[in-house]
Amino acid sequence: MSGHSTYVPKSAIGRWFESRLPIMGLIHSSFVVFPNPRNLNYYWTFGGILAFMLVSQILTGVVLAMHYVANVDLAFNSVEHIMRDVNYGWMLRYLHANGASMFFVAVYVHIARGLYYGSYKEPREVLWILGVIIFLLMMATAFMGYVLPWGQMSFWGATVITNLFSALPGVGETIVTYLWGGFSVGNPTLNRFFSLHYLLPFMIAGVVVLHVWALHVPGSNNPAGIEKKTDKDTLPFHPYFTVKDAFAVVCFLIFFCWFAFYIPNYLGHADNYIEANPAVTPSHIVPEWYFLPFYAILRAVPDKLLGVLAMFGSIAILVFLPWLDSSKVRSGSYRPAFQVFFWVFVANAIVLGWLGGKPPEGLYVHASRLCTLYYFAYFIVILPLLGKFERTRPLPASIAEAVLGTSGSASAMAGSVAASPNTKG
Amino acid sequence: MTDVATTAAEHTRRDFLFIATGAAGAVAAASAIWPFVSQMAPDADTIAAGAPVEFDLTPVAEGQIVKLFWRGKLIFVRHRTKTEIKTAVETDVASLRDPEADSVRVKAGKSQWLVVYGNCTHLGCVPLGNDGAFNGWLCPCHGSVFDTSGRIRQGPAPTNLPVPPYEFVSDQKIRIG
Repeated sequence: MSGHSTYVPKSAIGRWFESRLPIMGLIHSSFVVFPNPRNLNYYWTFGGILAFMLVSQILTGVVLAMHYVANVDLAFNSVEHIMRDVNYGWMLRYLHANGASMFFVAVYVHIARGLYYGSYKEPREVLWILGVIIFLLMMATAFMGYVLPWGQMSFWGATVITNLFSALPGVGETIVTYLWGGFSVGNPTLNRFFSLHYLLPFMIAGVVVLHVWALHVPGSNNPAGIEKKTDKDTLPFHPYFTVKDAFAVVCFLIFFCWFAFYIPNYLGHADNYIEANPAVTPSHIVPEWYFLPFYAILRAVPDKLLGVLAMFGSIAILVFLPWLDSSKVRSGSYRPAFQVFFWVFVANAIVLGWLGGKPPEGLYVHASRLCTLYYFAYFIVILPLLGKFERTRPLPASIAEAVLGTSGSASAMAGSVAASPNTKG
Repeated sequence: MTDVATTAAEHTRRDFLFIATGAAGAVAAASAIWPFVSQMAPDADTIAAGAPVEFDLTPVAEGQIVKLFWRGKLIFVRHRTKTEIKTAVETDVASLRDPEADSVRVKAGKSQWLVVYGNCTHLGCVPLGNDGAFNGWLCPCHGSVFDTSGRIRQGPAPTNLPVPPYEFVSDQKIRIG
C-alpha cells in the first residue's frame, strides 16, 4: 500500500506464487517495512487494539450464532441455553457482550486521539471520514446485537430507537413499519436484526481495509503533528510497532478479561434478564453506556424531530470537522488554548454520558442542554475561530528533533537508531 | 472490426445504442431493487393477524385500565371515573399541543370508555396509568404526560395517544379494527 514493494521471496515456491498473486509483497510493504513516525505514543496503539477487537467479536459472534435462535418465542431461552448448557457458552457470551463495550472504549480513545492531535486534518480527511463511517456501522451493529437476547431492555431499546425514524415528517410512520415488518417490534424485526447483525461486522471489516489503505497513503499522523521528511523520522513497522501494538493489546486484554470474568454484568442491565414483554416498559430505560452521550443530546431537545436531528447531527458533524477546524497547526501539543477547549470537550462528553443515564427531569435536563450546546459549539464556533486568534507554540523542525531535541542533530542519529526504543514517548 | 466508424451518422447511432443500453440497464437495476424493499413491509401473515378483535367491557371496573393487543400493538381500555371525564371535558382545547376535544376521542354516550393506543407517541414506550400531573398517563422513558383523555400535556411527545378504529357491537362489548 506504500508504493512499489521491493519484497523478494526467499523460496522458489514463494517467488512462483508472488509473481501470480503479490499478496506477500503487499503485506511486507504495509506491515513490515512500512515507515512509521518514530514518536508515536501509546494512544496510537488503539488502531491495533480495535483491529483485534473486531476479529474477537466476529469469532465469538459466529460461534454464538451456532447456538442462538432468532425467534421471539425461543430467543431468550436460547441465550440462557448458551449460558447454562453449551460448553464454555457463558464465557463466549460474556466475551462477546463485554467485547462490544471494550470495542467502544477503544474507539472513543482512538477518536479522542484523532481530535487532540488533529489527525483529521489535510491530507487525512478521507481517512477520518471512513473512520466516522466505521463508527456509525459499529453503532448500528451494537444496537441490533443488543436486541437479540430479547430481554426487556432489548425490546424497549429496539422500540425506542426504531421510533426515532417516526419523527421524520410524512414518511416516518411508513419507514418504521418497514423497519419492523409489522405494526410493532416483533418476530420479523428480530429476524432481520439478526441477519443484519451478522452482516454489518463484515462491512466494517471492508471499510477498515479502506481505512488502513487511506492511512498508508500519507502514513500515520504523530504527536508532533508534522509530516515525516527523512528516514531519520521513521522506524519500520516491524518489529518496532508490531511489538508495541502487541504489548498494548495484551494490556488491553487484561482490562477486557477483568470485565468478562469478574464483573460480566456490570455494564449490562438487570432488566435484560427478564423476557421481553410488549405490555410493560421497564421503569428506568436507558441504552448501553456507549450510547448515553447521544441519548442525552436527544433528550435535551424538547421537540421530537429536532431532538432526533440533534442526535444524528452530533455524529454527522464529525464528517465536516476537517473543514471546520481552521488551525494550520495540527497537533494539540502546540496549541495551548486549544488544549483547554479540548479537555473541556472530553469532560463535557463524559458528563453528557452521565446525564444520559439519569431520569429526564429537573436539573438533569438543563444540564443536558448546556452540555449539548458546548458539544456543538466546539465544532461550529470554537474550532473555526480558534485557529484565527490562537498563538501556537513553535513547531519542531522534524519528528527526529521532536524526539531527540536539537542536540540530537544529524550526526548523532546513527547511534540513536539503536537506542531509539528508549527515546519513544 | 477493421471498419472503424468514422462518419458522424455512425457515431450518433452508436451513441444512441450506448445510451439506450445504459438506460435499459438502469431501469432494470432500479426495478430489481423493488422486491428487496417490498419484502420489508408487513407480510401477509402479519396483516392477516390484524383481524378485528372483540372485547367484553363488563369486568372492567370504574377507574380501571386494561391492556390488550390488536395487530401486535398495545391498546388501553380505560373505564373513566366521573371526575376524570369532567376534567377531560372541561380542559381548554385551544391550550393543547394537539387540540382535540374529549368528545371526539370517545363514542357518543359512552364517555366513560376511553380506548387509545398504549404506546407513547414520542418513542413508543408504555406510559404508566393514573400517573403524572394530569392523572392520566406518565411515560417513564422521556417524561411525556397525558391527561385522562390521552391527550399530550407535557414532555416531548408531539401528538395525543391515537384512538384506534373501534365500535360498540353491544352495550358492553367493543370490536377493535
